[in-house]
Order: sequence, then C-alpha cells, then structure tokens
Amino acid sequence: MAKGVKPRVKVPKTAAAGDVITIKTLISHKMESGNRKDKDGNKIPRSIINRFTCDFNGTSVIDMTMYPAISTNPYVEFQAKVDASGDFKFTWYDDDGDIYEATKSISVS
Amino acid sequence: MKLTRRDAMAMGLGATLVAMLPVRLNAAADDAIMAYTGGAEAGEGDITLTAPEIAENGNTVPIGVAAPGAVEIMVLALANPNPEVANFKFGPAAGAQAAKTRIRLAGTQEVVAIAKMPDGSFIKAAQTVKVTIGGCGG
Repeated sequence: MAKGVKPRVKVPKTAAAGDVITIKTLISHKMESGNRKDKDGNKIPRSIINRFTCDFNGTSVIDMTMYPAISTNPYVEFQAKVDASGDFKFTWYDDDGDIYEATKSISVS
Repeated sequence: MKLTRRDAMAMGLGATLVAMLPVRLNAAADDAIMAYTGGAEAGEGDITLTAPEIAENGNTVPIGVAAPGAVEIMVLALANPNPEVANFKFGPAAGAQAAKTRIRLAGTQEVVAIAKMPDGSFIKAAQTVKVTIGGCGG
C-alpha cells in the first residue's frame, strides 16, 4: 500500500547548548480519510499515518496522534530544546503496520 | 416579490432548520470533547490557536497551537465527519509546547484546541474558519 512514502526532515546542523530549535517534518503520504467514495460509490478504505513521534537521545520531544483530518503529506513543525549533541529519531506509524523512520544528528557546542 | 402568509411560514421553517443544524452536527464533537476531558469543564487560559480566518481550500488549512506548560494539546474540528484532528503530547525534550500542522476541514466551522495542563485541568481556545471548498470528500 505504502508506495513512494518519503520522509523529509529539516533540523539545524549546529546549535548552542540550551537552545530551542525548530524542526520541520514532512512525509509524503496520501492520507486516505475513509470518507471519500470512488466513481462507483464504494467507500475508499482509510489509510493514514496514525502516529508520529520524535525522540532526542531517547527522550521524547513530541508524540502526535493523527486522525483522518490531517492533510495529505502530513507536515508537522515543532520545537526541541537541545542540551548536548545527539540524534533526533523520527518515526511515523502507518495504519497498515508499516513504520517509517528518519534520523538527524545535531552537534551542540 | 409579494410576501404571502404561506411564504412567511416557509421562511420561518427554513430558518428554524438552519438554526437546529449546528446542534445536530455538534453532537459527535461534544462526545469527542467529553471523551478527552472526561467531562471536566475547559476554562480560559494561556492557549493560542492560530488558524486563517478564510481558507480557500479545506484540504490543507495551516494551523498552529501553543500552550506554555501544557502536557497535551488536542485539536478538534467540530463539523468534520470525525471531529478529532490531532493530539500532541509533549515530552521532556520539547522546546515549547507548540506545534504547527496542516488539516482538512469539511466546511466553514469552528476549530477548537484543548490543552491538558500538568494539574489535570483543561483550557481551550477556538476560532472559526471559513472554508470555500470542503476537504473531506463525500
């Protein structure tokens, strides 16, 4: 089902300790709401990403539950506080059980 | 146009129907809010919901929520087929209890954000968004 799903994440490469940084994420996904009907009047089954999480060095930054009202190609922008260098781990959970992951490193001086 | 008694009755009936419509539509939304807050009253507080006043396309409406100190923020679109839009849970590494995303709106309606505070209380903010083209199919 999940064809051409490509996560894109924007994280600053460097930051000062204690900085609050803005992270932007976008993942290509059609987010079929389950409310639409095809030409013959049959309901198109729901197929969305239902959860998105971001962790920094194992500590949760955000854990978002998504419902069918999230637009196609879900975009999320949020903020994280960085005290030390490390990795941001992004995870998207699809209705069909697929998990998409992305990792970004940041060096904190 | 001459206004007859019959016309006036029909117009009155129409107006009543229109007035009753939001009540019927909001039943699902009320249930969703109840399920989230557990029946607790959501008060006023330091929460902001940023949404456009007029959205041309209901398929992608940019919104932003911010509630300093909140544990969770739930976003609801009261007149959507499924009123729940998104629930943000903020972890210890969050820089601010704020997030932005893009949502679908079925039509002109009120968007509500409810934040859960660490002490278990709820605060909410609402904004009406006018939608020119609905975004939920049908």
